[in-house]
Amino acid sequence: MSWIALRMLTGDRSKYYGIVFGITFASLLIAQQGAIFCGLMLRTSSQIADIQGADIWVMDPGVQFVDDIKPMSENELYRVRGVEGVGWAVRFYKGLARSRFSDGKFQQFILLGLDDATLVGAPREMVQGSLDDLRQPDAVIMDEGGYKYLWPNEPFELGRTFEMNDRRAVLVGLCKASPTFQTFPIVYARYSQATMFVPRERKLMSFILADPAPGWTSQQVCEQIQQQTGLLAKTREEFIWTTIMYYMIRTGIPINFGITISLGFVVGTAIAGQTFYLFVIENLRQFGALKAMGVTNIRIVGMILLQAFVVGLLGYGLGVGAATLFGELSKENMTLAYYMPWQVLALTGGAVFFIGILASLLSVRRVLVLEPGIVFR
Amino acid sequence: MSALASSAAPTSAAFDGTHAVCVRELSKVFGDGDGRVTALQDVTVDIAAGEMTLLVGPSGCGKTTLISIIAGLLEPTSGTVEVLGQDLGRLSNGKLVRFRGEKIGFVFQQYNLLPALTAAENAAVPLVIAGWSRQRAVARATEVLDSVGLGSRARSLPSQLSGGQQQRVAIARALVHEPRLLVCDEPTAALDAHSGHAVMELLRAVAIQPDRAVIVVTHDSRVFEFGDRIISMSDGAIERIETPAASMSGRESGT
Ligand SMILES: Nc1ncnc2c1ncn2[C@@H]1O[C@H](COP(=O)(O)OP(=O)(O)OP(=O)(O)O)[C@@H](O)[C@H]1O
Ligand SMILES: [Mg+2]
Repeated sequence: MSWIALRMLTGDRSKYYGIVFGITFASLLIAQQGAIFCGLMLRTSSQIADIQGADIWVMDPGVQFVDDIKPMSENELYRVRGVEGVGWAVRFYKGLARSRFSDGKFQQFILLGLDDATLVGAPREMVQGSLDDLRQPDAVIMDEGGYKYLWPNEPFELGRTFEMNDRRAVLVGLCKASPTFQTFPIVYARYSQATMFVPRERKLMSFILADPAPGWTSQQVCEQIQQQTGLLAKTREEFIWTTIMYYMIRTGIPINFGITISLGFVVGTAIAGQTFYLFVIENLRQFGALKAMGVTNIRIVGMILLQAFVVGLLGYGLGVGAATLFGELSKENMTLAYYMPWQVLALTGGAVFFIGILASLLSVRRVLVLEPGIVFR
Repeated sequence: MSALASSAAPTSAAFDGTHAVCVRELSKVFGDGDGRVTALQDVTVDIAAGEMTLLVGPSGCGKTTLISIIAGLLEPTSGTVEVLGQDLGRLSNGKLVRFRGEKIGFVFQQYNLLPALTAAENAAVPLVIAGWSRQRAVARATEVLDSVGLGSRARSLPSQLSGGQQQRVAIARALVHEPRLLVCDEPTAALDAHSGHAVMELLRAVAIQPDRAVIVVTHDSRVFEFGDRIISMSDGAIERIETPAASMSGRESGT
């Protein structure tokens, strides 16, 4: 019976393509927009994710996300070091610095200051130069994307200089860094150096990066720190999610993407659902004849579900495939955030499943209430 | 009128197995209130195996309603139908569907072939429904297509066939699983006189078998000669039952 169902489906070319197109359209839009949304959300927290040497982030209790800097006094570092279970803890500076170039151009940077002794928080992968060069006077390392943005099509040139807060900065290396939400170039310096690149303030320490002592979990140490210092302590993973959730709840981004995704869903459902419905209605006589000839209702439902399943699978594959192709092509272009986790695939699959069920339920009803006697009219 | 019908029909104690179909005091009412239509009223009739029975009468007299009930496609309002000794009213829905699939063949006025399937595949459908593999079913269907003279068109789609050829495919489909009862509703109505004739000739040639009853609904008087017995209906009741010769002469003498 299934081959008959499939032949019925593919035999009606225009409807068949129409249904597959509708589902492809919906899956493409849902998967692609979902992936861009995830990409953006990932960018909001990319600076946390990029720092891998430390699993604990300690901050002022008022901090809501990674770009919400509320500096602490140096004292807090010593208090955190004194908490039981803390293996080590170091300063971390994160802020925005304004730079001036010799040609008079201005540029905002994300400035990261790494603990002078350990360089915890350093970039993961150097592209040019070496991390140790950061120890030289006035040295900074810039992210590759930022360099390309500032000096497009120019090869890396060691020792380029520019000014931040009237202090000279010397470029000693390039590194890889994940694209950020703020999109500014990233500049790394030693902590002591970084604090000179920004106007002097009483409190400068943005975060404390720490790791648990042997035998302690990060979770336990976070609790200890919070209890004993009143500061906010989060594991890296927690802080990533806190940041993502902040952007999700406090910005219009999810709503905007939600609208596009819903539109894709609605339009796809309308096209695919309606065409599928029409397909079944047009075949009502044939279904009636089959019922007269002894096909049970259950088998009829099975045939319709199979037809819906096939167009669903095909449309899903094509849509997700096209979205992936789009993602691959956009990798060249750093400005486009694109990240496709399995959840997006599952969401798209769920939506397609729903479209299929909806379309087939509507039409199944028509076939089930159909009197086999209709074939004699 | 009903007195005439019951005198012409075999008497009641005829559930004896010689008749493939026994209809007893069958009534069918559609709708209720003002829209109430009595399509059949107290119909009692037997239909024998081994011959072709024509069901004739003016439009709206209840022919389609009667064969729909006989074929188990429609439930009567009252009365009973026995097909091959089986009281259809006593069958559960599932069993009735299976009974239809196994024992009854259908030929429809509009052919109702699946447009996406070839002639052979269309003719194979009842075997597929019965659980045959596609290959076996199509092979058997091709043989049957041969017997209706369409062996060479087995791979054609319905859209590539003429109306008469499509109806022959439909006949092959109706017979492929060797049903004990064949019901045909206006099989020639959509065809020109020549093709209609050919279809009736074919039905006589391939459909009639000792243990099979063939019922053909028609109001095409040109094909009356093909029937072994003609049941005339009027206003939801059987008017008379006769042989074609009697029908022709009756017509001529104006009775
Ligand atoms: N589903 C239905 N609902 C309501 N009335 C119906 C239904 N089916 C048939 N009827 C009525 O029952 C009567 C008999 O209809 P039926 O189709 O059996 O006639 P017929 O003899 O086959 O006519 P024709 O030669 O035009 O096919 C008609 O008056 C028709 O309007
Ligand atoms: Mg009729």
